[in-house]
Amino acid sequence: MKQLSQRLFGPLTLIAMGATLVLGLWVVPPDQVQGELARLVYVHPSVAWVALYVSFGTAAIASALYLWKRTRSEVMDRVANCAMEVSVVFIALTLITGSIWGRPAWGVWWVWDARLTSSAILGVLALGYLALRRANDDVQLRARRSAVFAVLVAINVPIIHFSVQWWKTLHQGATVFNSNRHLLIHGMQAWTLLISFIAFTMLFFWLLRYRYRLEVQRENLAGASLEEALASRRREGTQ
Amino acid sequence: MIRTALLVFKKDLRIEMRSRVLLWQVLPFGVMALLLCGIALGPSRAGNSSAGPGLFYLVTLLVALLMINRSQSVEKTPGTKASVATLGLDPAGVFLGKSLALAIELWATGIILLGGSVVILHTSLHGAILALPSVVVTLAALAVAGTLYGALTSGGDGAATLLPVLALPAFAPLLIAGERSFSAALNHGGIWRWWLILSVALSVYTAIGILLYGVLEES
Repeated sequence: MKQLSQRLFGPLTLIAMGATLVLGLWVVPPDQVQGELARLVYVHPSVAWVALYVSFGTAAIASALYLWKRTRSEVMDRVANCAMEVSVVFIALTLITGSIWGRPAWGVWWVWDARLTSSAILGVLALGYLALRRANDDVQLRARRSAVFAVLVAINVPIIHFSVQWWKTLHQGATVFNSNRHLLIHGMQAWTLLISFIAFTMLFFWLLRYRYRLEVQRENLAGASLEEALASRRREGTQ
Repeated sequence: MIRTALLVFKKDLRIEMRSRVLLWQVLPFGVMALLLCGIALGPSRAGNSSAGPGLFYLVTLLVALLMINRSQSVEKTPGTKASVATLGLDPAGVFLGKSLALAIELWATGIILLGGSVVILHTSLHGAILALPSVVVTLAALAVAGTLYGALTSGGDGAATLLPVLALPAFAPLLIAGERSFSAALNHGGIWRWWLILSVALSVYTAIGILLYGVLEES
């Protein structure tokens, strides 16, 4: 059953992504004000959702679990590392799709808006996390330091979330719900948006799963190379 | 924890008093950086600049990076880590002591640089005095966060370059809040909203440091 669900996850992700593409590009009508440009709403918010909350949340929770002695394991460290790597891709996609939307809507590719700036800072911090991992050869030390850093970086996520309310700059406020928790999007647009959120979330977990497997294989290979080198030295010693 | 904090605090300040790195290396660098900011703005704008608060914090940030590196390099001398581990010092106390020593050094540097920005960048003296409470909290938050980031990067490959890569983006919100409160003080606006935000940041970083500094120092 577990194997079947693992096998089906990839095709299901593909179907969800395909459905988002078809619904977002052809089925949903263009917006009255923004026209065809509004179709980016089925990509940009869902990519940002994955970048800020799903992937960063996964990395932060896995890091916190690593720091807690009762749940400390290599699995948590690997999950945090892999989630952060995928997160970098999604943060980059968020900034790129936002920029593509910003050029015709605001007239510029980039503005010093609170949401944009804080998201860019988060991207740099995520790259810093990867740099920190490569700066330490000791596996335990690397895992501890990167876990603490991930928890520290997670403080920025609520700042980014509330930045549009605190500073009231150019970036629009909430897309789906207003401050009274009432839906701002209805009908086919709402369904397409929901499917896009599900599709990109599935894509994240699919990428995470494959990145995790790759990491395990890389570690096994490194371990096998070390064993091979040791065996070779032993053989040299006995000859 | 408090006893350990006081011990480490006194030790770090004593090292600083004897080595005088702050006085002869860090401060001249800060004053030089302020002068360069004035030169970059040009003679017509340097004397009438609303960029004063931002430039003051930018220079303070660069100086803080040097001081964080210095604060961590003190712990790298052979045998220090082993001695701390053998003595069974409370890591939370070590963190608080190092943060407090760094905060004192940053406050001393900050006051001199604030005077420098009044003289060199013509920032209003009255506004600078009004901004003092927020400057004190911003620098304390920088010291606490800096101690954490310093411990994160110490000993690794390229620690000197890794520290700015990790710390500068993380310090950016503190820099923004500090600059806004300074600007508000210059324009006779309310600084207390920013002061409150900075105090929350200081509390959060202190709590995380007390909880996690021990994990960084584990061997």
